[in-house]
Amino acid sequence: MEREQIAQRVLELLTGIAPDVEAASVVPGIDFRDQFDFDSMDTLNFAIALNREFGVEVPEADYARLASLDKCVEYLQGKLD
Amino acid sequence: MPSEFRLPALGADMDEGTVLEWHVAPGARVKRGDVVAVVETDKGAIDVEIFMDGVVREIVVPPGTKVPVGTVLALVDVPGETTAAASPAPSPPSAVEGGDGGRLRISPAARRRARELDLEFTAIKGTGPDGAITIEDVERAKSAPGRTPPAPQRAPARAAEGAGEGARMREAIAAAMSRSKREIPHYYLSTTVDVRPATEWLAAHNAAAPVTQRLLFAALLIKAVALACRESKGFSGQYRDGRYEEAPAVHVGVAVALRGGGLVAPAIMDTADKPLVALMDDFRALVTRARAGRLRASELAAPTIILTSLGEDSVDAVFPIIQPPQVAIVGAGAVVERPWVVDGAVAPRQVLTLSLGADHRVTDGRLGAQFLARIAAKLAHPEAL
Repeated sequence: MEREQIAQRVLELLTGIAPDVEAASVVPGIDFRDQFDFDSMDTLNFAIALNREFGVEVPEADYARLASLDKCVEYLQGKLD
Repeated sequence: MPSEFRLPALGADMDEGTVLEWHVAPGARVKRGDVVAVVETDKGAIDVEIFMDGVVREIVVPPGTKVPVGTVLALVDVPGETTAAASPAPSPPSAVEGGDGGRLRISPAARRRARELDLEFTAIKGTGPDGAITIEDVERAKSAPGRTPPAPQRAPARAAEGAGEGARMREAIAAAMSRSKREIPHYYLSTTVDVRPATEWLAAHNAAAPVTQRLLFAALLIKAVALACRESKGFSGQYRDGRYEEAPAVHVGVAVALRGGGLVAPAIMDTADKPLVALMDDFRALVTRARAGRLRASELAAPTIILTSLGEDSVDAVFPIIQPPQVAIVGAGAVVERPWVVDGAVAPRQVLTLSLGADHRVTDGRLGAQFLARIAAKLAHPEAL
């Protein structure tokens, strides 16, 4: 899957988990936690959503690699290739 | 005589609400627990459930109307109580709007934005959880004005209300906390415990479990509080009209911070009876719905005690304020690594400071200390939670 496609799907998942976040306002290089108070519950929901969408099982030890849009896309690309 | 369905109070600090939408119309068959209306309160938009079985006879309060708590919202013919309803009306339950059986789901931020833009949000297609309307959907609808005509009659009043939503929640929190500090003779206790057994158990569980069955540390805390409530009298209940009543079932309310400010504390029902994974499912759904603006009236009114856990990367300890009419609140700081004395030597340990704000009209420090110790004891045996 193309990087752009992955990023688009991830953004949709993100706004599904945090309906109060605007996709257009997400800065790809900044951690979600620093942008909109992403907490451990959001991270868990995000991991569940990624699993449903991409079939990727993200172990807890890898949560830090989902911390921003850029990191997350890179991580998924590695898993999906 | 039809039964009267009245606007319930969703906590001690609520005295009015604005009916936003009805999910039922006259003739609709309802049963206890059905969400029949959405009411805007200073805690956000709340799904209000009906507490009787029957057939809706009349909607008394139309959408857009602000009414005090206790106002009759609708009249319901309850079988057995009336002869008028003896011949069952053939009309099917009528959902007023929404794509999923009449439920309109919209996040507080999206609701606010829709009002700013004068958009009728009932016409916006939701793409969020369970079809909830997200702020993205509102923005999309804005650029397609033909599909979502503005609602000129209702827009001005709503825009004015929308602007003050955050301020109104702040006022409500202030009112409840002022009342608490004025009326409740609080005492505070805290204890710091080694939580390595719990964090190790949790890490092992989460490593083995599929992602949908993973737990957060907070789930262990919630369950530990609920079990301790069962063993201690005087912490899970309500103080009303000069007397305390222990609640028959423990419903732990969890304080949920809303992004951009504000706080709600809905309950996980029958907390002590739930296995951890089921409890975690409920907890996750509750936080999601709290942040999406879809809490139910019963969840807001139900807590018998509250847990406020400030979570990772926060503070060592919290000194929590009781939410009346409850009589106790448990606080948890962050799990932090600290030097700790183990078997006469200093070792690094993961520790957690638990705190208790409790009501001197009901208990004293000694009982409070026992209660905190019971929570700590539960956490020491996570496998039994």
